[in-house]
Amino acid sequence: MTGSTTAGLTLTHLRMLEAESIHILREVAAEFQRPVMLYSIGKDSSVMVRLAQKAFHPGKIPFPLLHVDTTYKFREMIEFRDRFCADIGARLIVHTNRAAVDAGANPFDLGTQKCCGLLKTRALLDALAEGDFDAAIGGARRDEEKSRAKERVYSFRDSHGQWDPKNQRPELWNLFNSRLNPGESIRVFPLSNWTELDVWQYIHLENIPIVPLYFAKEREMIVRGSSLIPVEVDIPLRPGERKERVMCRMRSLGCSPCTGAIYSEADTLPKIIEEMILVRRSERENRVIDFDQEGSMELKKREGYF
Amino acid sequence: MTSPSEAQTGIEQFLRREEEKDLLRFITAGSVDDGKSTLIGRLLYDSKGVYEDQITSIRKATVNETAGALDFALLTDGLRAEREQGITIDVAYRYFATPKRKFIIADTPGHEQYTRNMATGASTANLAIVLIDARNGVLPQSRRHAFIASLLGIHHVVVAVNKMDLMDYSEQVFNRIRAEFSSFAAQLNIPDLYFIPVSALLGDNIVTKSDRMPWFEGASLLHHLETVHIASDRNLSEMRFPVQLVVRPNQQFRGYAGQVASGVLRPGDPVMVLPSGRTSRVKSIVTYDGEVTRAFPPMSVTVALEDEVDVSRGNMLAPPSHPPHVTRCIDARLVWMGDQPLDLRRQYLIKHTTQTVKAQVRFIRYRVNVNTLEKLPAPELRLNEIGTVVIDTHAPLFVDQYRRNRATGSFVLVDPVSNATVAAGMVTGRDPRVADPTMPESQPATEGRIPEAERQQRVGHASALIWMNGGAHIGFAVESELFQRGYLTHVIAAQTDGSVLLELAHNLTAAGLITICAADFLFEVERERAGALTEPERFLEVNASAFTSPEEAAQAIVRELEARGITPRKV
Repeated sequence: MTGSTTAGLTLTHLRMLEAESIHILREVAAEFQRPVMLYSIGKDSSVMVRLAQKAFHPGKIPFPLLHVDTTYKFREMIEFRDRFCADIGARLIVHTNRAAVDAGANPFDLGTQKCCGLLKTRALLDALAEGDFDAAIGGARRDEEKSRAKERVYSFRDSHGQWDPKNQRPELWNLFNSRLNPGESIRVFPLSNWTELDVWQYIHLENIPIVPLYFAKEREMIVRGSSLIPVEVDIPLRPGERKERVMCRMRSLGCSPCTGAIYSEADTLPKIIEEMILVRRSERENRVIDFDQEGSMELKKREGYF
Repeated sequence: MTSPSEAQTGIEQFLRREEEKDLLRFITAGSVDDGKSTLIGRLLYDSKGVYEDQITSIRKATVNETAGALDFALLTDGLRAEREQGITIDVAYRYFATPKRKFIIADTPGHEQYTRNMATGASTANLAIVLIDARNGVLPQSRRHAFIASLLGIHHVVVAVNKMDLMDYSEQVFNRIRAEFSSFAAQLNIPDLYFIPVSALLGDNIVTKSDRMPWFEGASLLHHLETVHIASDRNLSEMRFPVQLVVRPNQQFRGYAGQVASGVLRPGDPVMVLPSGRTSRVKSIVTYDGEVTRAFPPMSVTVALEDEVDVSRGNMLAPPSHPPHVTRCIDARLVWMGDQPLDLRRQYLIKHTTQTVKAQVRFIRYRVNVNTLEKLPAPELRLNEIGTVVIDTHAPLFVDQYRRNRATGSFVLVDPVSNATVAAGMVTGRDPRVADPTMPESQPATEGRIPEAERQQRVGHASALIWMNGGAHIGFAVESELFQRGYLTHVIAAQTDGSVLLELAHNLTAAGLITICAADFLFEVERERAGALTEPERFLEVNASAFTSPEEAAQAIVRELEARGITPRKV
């Protein structure tokens, strides 16, 4: 053992992940013309924004945050977004596919796939094109879903914003290839190597603010099978269903009609983490979209969704 | 039942412990049937790294779920295309943790055509697990995996001899494989080699020690992964700080953001800015969480200097006493990853630390057969081939040898037309003089305290460098002829790194000898540089194949030396 020479010169896994993510964010700021950070208001976004604050300290975050608002987000999310961005002095861009919303796009009539296609994927691609952004930083993690295990930190997209699994660049060491032809772009995932547990631990360690919906409290829900569907917008009730007050929380935040809540008493961060460890269930299980079809997230990604 | 407050204390303690874990990155290499996916699936499953719904979905997808055995391999197969082909086609990253450590697995396929993937996964790994099927023993691909692991600078290699259950858990089988692999690995630079007999399918020696192999005295695979010491694998002695960004929020603050590549940086330390060579001192090391008293790899920090010196992205901070090599010409190993072969006429971009500059591969010394380690002549390098090359760059790079410094010894080549990443490179050496401000041209090795004339007086003749092809035996024949005539001579015949060869030639010639460079591998690029390093009247290039015998060559050389006035004192 050579412990004495390295005494104190080691980092914990969270600090190593932090250092790696900061390196990535700085590379993006240095090498792209017009980067943007996709801000979904969820816990991963909160961590990503904190990492960006650290990366450029004592300067400000040099790129804007972009929120694709489907208009189906929880009210508490929007309130949190506006307060959070104002507090940290970040520049926020909000984009909505107005035409589709005005035409009445909703998941009940269109199905989740089509609705996501219009309000998320299309809206995101339009917002990126409108801002002429060449790098979009997202909070996706490789541990979220099997198809993401092979995703690069710099995920190359063609001029239609599409992902081609065969045309991705090898990534070695911490050397990222940022070369693009006009119209092409890169999605950057600085949290690639973080797990859900890492994200929660980091939020705990760093005391990072998150949307209150993550914490358990009594909320009005529609109980549908094993799913709890939040009552935010008018949701067509199926026969025999009614609204109930349930002690619950959200494990991940999406659009209110398509994000299930879970029964939970976890009203503090440590309790959430404890619950997470005890209940080993993939966080996306309660999002309806992933179960549309085996490998459905991969299909969405090919089309340009994160 | 525990009270809420007790539960709370428990989880708080747990979190504090969790937050103190370190991180081990490892790569798994094995062929299709070695049971690699099963091994990873077993590690993930037994360490609860798998989500329940994923298990549900593999239960759905397992085609022939016999006797309740889950197909663990399905846990790790991601993309549709590969699920259809039934093979793994790219690097997949997996995550799991135990109470002791967090782990990142780079899962790479073992087919020959996927050397590129293994190199990619290995580039960030601390440790490699090489899987060997106990039934097949050491195969060419096992050697390839060990070679790539050592090439990419992995210090710790674990050889997992799998499917021991199919070989009656035989100690002889394990010992035979261990002996064979060890003798091959002795040629490689692997400081820590560990062998372990396992059955991934049945879980023997994976998480806990198997009682079916009492003869094995080592720890289980997981225990080894949890305890292997990696903290001192880093270079903590030579500080390198590649600058990523200049942070200048206001007139009062100017800092340089970057990730410490090696060494330790402290306020007050003297630093040199490369390439300008200007020096200053570290004023402070700034982070979002406050100033720190030291920074070490892989910390991302912002450094402020005492003086107003010009520093920008792509520059590097290093200690003035131990700077890296500043050079426009490097010797390197390349793993070719492009679909188009390496083209010596084309220009590429080299990305090294935070710099991207134009580069051209001037020469391919040889290519390595990854199964036998044999060196072969190569007009080009194709996808998945590994070769040793000489690269010229349009601006100086600040490099260290890869085996000393993984961060400043590594680079990638990018095709400026397709924008594809076409090669991964590892610096093996550098040109001794070209464009190196730390070794200026005015300060060659000849500058000693003994005047040149006195040296000549003592030796009896002026020195010269004879550069000849034809191999060592002709070199020695020429030497004996010259020696008999009264010249003081020496032959460099060992095949060696180009930079080393040049330095040897340079020093021996400076010492006053007639130096005969007759190594088997002599290349245009070294000849050119040797010529540039030596005064023209002291440099003789000889084409040995133009003579019918070594004696004839030697006589021609003597005539040429005499014509130049390089004659031995009569004895």
